Amino acid sequence: MKKTVYSICGMCTVRCPIRVEVENNRVSWIEGNPHLMDHALCARGSAGVALLDDDERPQQPLIRDGGRGAGRWRQVSWPTAYDYITEKLKKIKKEYGPESVVLSSRGGPWQSMYKTFIHAYGSPNYTNHDCTCGRNTHHASMSLNGVGRKGFAYDIKNTRHLVLFGRNYFASLQIAQGNQILDMLDNGGRLTYVDVRQTMTGVKADRFFLVRPGTDYALALAVIHEVIKRNLYPKDFIDKYVSDFDELCAFAEEYTPAWAAKECGIKEKAIMAFVDELAEDMPKVIFHPGWNLSRYKDSFYVSRALHILNVLMGNIETEGGLFIPKGPGDCGKKGIRILDCPKPDIKRGDGVGWKYTHFDKGPGLAHLFFEAMRSKSENPYPIKAWIAMRHDPFCGMPEPQRQKLLFDRCDLLVSIDTQYSEFGWYSDVILPESSYLERDNPICLQKGAKPRLIVRRKAVEPKYDTKPSWEIFKQLADRLDISEYFPYNTIEDLYAWQLEGTGYTIRDFEEKGFIDLCDEPIPLYEADRLKDQFKTPSGKIEIISKRLTDAGLPSLKPYEAPDKPVRGMFRLLYGRSAVHTHGHTINNPLLEELMPANTLWINKRAAAKLGIKDGDLLDVTASDASYSGTIHAYVTEFIHPEAVYTVHGFGRQIPLQTRSYHAGLSDQKLMSGKLDDWDKAGGAINLCEAFVFVQRSMRNPKRRIEL
Amino acid sequence: MNKYLIHLNSKRCIGCHACEVHCKINKNLPVGPILCEISHKPLKSVKGVPKTEFSFRSCYHCDDPFCVPVCPVGAMIKRADGIVYVDQEKCIGCMACAGACPWTIPQLNPQTNKAIKCDYCLERVDQGLKPACVTKCTTHALKFLCLTEI
Repeated sequence: MKKTVYSICGMCTVRCPIRVEVENNRVSWIEGNPHLMDHALCARGSAGVALLDDDERPQQPLIRDGGRGAGRWRQVSWPTAYDYITEKLKKIKKEYGPESVVLSSRGGPWQSMYKTFIHAYGSPNYTNHDCTCGRNTHHASMSLNGVGRKGFAYDIKNTRHLVLFGRNYFASLQIAQGNQILDMLDNGGRLTYVDVRQTMTGVKADRFFLVRPGTDYALALAVIHEVIKRNLYPKDFIDKYVSDFDELCAFAEEYTPAWAAKECGIKEKAIMAFVDELAEDMPKVIFHPGWNLSRYKDSFYVSRALHILNVLMGNIETEGGLFIPKGPGDCGKKGIRILDCPKPDIKRGDGVGWKYTHFDKGPGLAHLFFEAMRSKSENPYPIKAWIAMRHDPFCGMPEPQRQKLLFDRCDLLVSIDTQYSEFGWYSDVILPESSYLERDNPICLQKGAKPRLIVRRKAVEPKYDTKPSWEIFKQLADRLDISEYFPYNTIEDLYAWQLEGTGYTIRDFEEKGFIDLCDEPIPLYEADRLKDQFKTPSGKIEIISKRLTDAGLPSLKPYEAPDKPVRGMFRLLYGRSAVHTHGHTINNPLLEELMPANTLWINKRAAAKLGIKDGDLLDVTASDASYSGTIHAYVTEFIHPEAVYTVHGFGRQIPLQTRSYHAGLSDQKLMSGKLDDWDKAGGAINLCEAFVFVQRSMRNPKRRIEL
Repeated sequence: MNKYLIHLNSKRCIGCHACEVHCKINKNLPVGPILCEISHKPLKSVKGVPKTEFSFRSCYHCDDPFCVPVCPVGAMIKRADGIVYVDQEKCIGCMACAGACPWTIPQLNPQTNKAIKCDYCLERVDQGLKPACVTKCTTHALKFLCLTEI
């Protein structure tokens, strides 16, 4: 019997809507939901089938038997694992207080469940991976617009000019947005791409700036300077909705295109021509404010500058510009219920909210918990347990070697994941979550021009003894006497509870996999309705943010040139490929076949000086020589000579993942000292501020003796 | 006369290799055989922007295929609409077809020990659908063209 299941992909966190065909509990076909994606799906989406069949994933709950990381596991039943964790959590609560437990997860639509759990347990310490992802962009938007980075969506399809500062859309792939870009280009739109190397996105561009690493801010400031100088900005909008614009004008005065051209290593003429194009295309110009901007010491300010450029383009709430995503209220509908428990009134262990008042208290900042682990004196309480819900601190954050020493001070480390994560391998308990094709997830709301409700439904029964997260947290909650916050026994109960009062039932999702909350896209807000949309103290877009000022931070930071690597060293940069999702998919059989290892991009001239040829094995060594790895060279003229680049997620060290074991190089292990190198204004870790030694490896064969 | 053709719009292709996996999943193939391939030329600077051209290759479904007559058991068949396919029931996995093909297109499926090659997903085509690679192409860069004689 063939059946169709509409669901949501789980191969990366874009979560594309999918349609799955199942025959005899086997997935025979996955495609993008035809109602939304016209069947389009990426390589990872299709390779979900290989994930199902993969036996190199945890198949039942595991409790550590040997030392941490030794890989000696006792296979236990689910009740045994739940009881083990419950007992430990109760003991920790008694000895150190509930606040000494941290729960980290991936961001996204389902975090309310995990947050509810940890809040109900009594700890305020919910956190997520975003300090190594979009936190700088998020905080930049908060400081300027009063709303987070998802407070605006981008009408890429109708724009005339999309400007991307390192936002590599076709590798960090979002299928729907990617198609919008290509449609826009097919319709004669323009794409400008700024990066330190050429990428799959850059090859589609009309204008390409190969800039010196860490100088994005200079280029953005020069464009601001030139737009103001030429009086291109929308005066009415700025008078009405922007505060302290004069300060911006005075600040940008000195950052001329001629200066930026020198700083970035590009041509002044090209910047001028670019601004000419902007003048033609305004207001249908979008400066993408970045996503994973946890990169340079000034990335927060780069994102602020890009947000400011959007304001200067006059594109806020316009066609072909930025628009405010609409929700159920705009459709005259009632929203769905999500699990919730008020945050306990205890200071956060990461200092967010009391020591650092300018950050979003929601998920805080994961890396700042290490401070609390390190010293007791400065912090109100110790951190004694960490539950990682599909988050891998060792893969996401720098220096897993150092992190391990800090995690050793914890009495309990739990990993809940569909796969073995680097953190999971080091933890005390692994609770194997069913893969996304084997589990249901709560209903979620997707805001946008046409808001909708969408749900992930189980396509097949779990192959191994794995459980969905809604059941794992329910079971733990029952044992910890906090089950009132989890008002369900089955997923059907949960769906009914979520949809109560909306007039919908879960059966309404069966036809297309989602429910549109309105028939036609909601029209853009009228210009005079915008004044309630910026949730800043003044209700305006704030060039000078009081929150930053109060924290002793500038809102308009003067430019500082990035450090130059010393001889023999390079700035280590990381990125994505369209066929892998960081460390998550490296061991997937079909994706491993496409890309078994990463390579190190190195500039042709820089390589020649070091006697490195394309394909050579290279030794890459951390600045303090604490770690060294071997990787093949990819020699190209299309990367800046100061930088080397690699795809993140490789160099995994989990013996049970035979395909990915020691395949390629792990960038985060090379980032010596970078666990503490974070952006005081944006909160994210500066992942692109590490320098490494690169040399031709001794392991390159000199002779070959066969017999 | 071949009726069908798969065309790649290089302007829309982003080299994501999804087509290769879509094909393998539809054919239930293990690691090893890859029946269609995306490749691109080395980057070359055009007006200051490093550019490249993408190409898609599967089987050419030749008008007069060498692989068909060489098959000792008549498992390699060319249909009236031009699709060259392997009859999995008959195939004995001798791979003579691969030797005869100038591009070594037919590959061995290590799970079944039989030859496998692109057949434009003929079961899908016969149902009025498009091949897997075209249907699910991430950016709709691949098109399945039905040729008509003029």
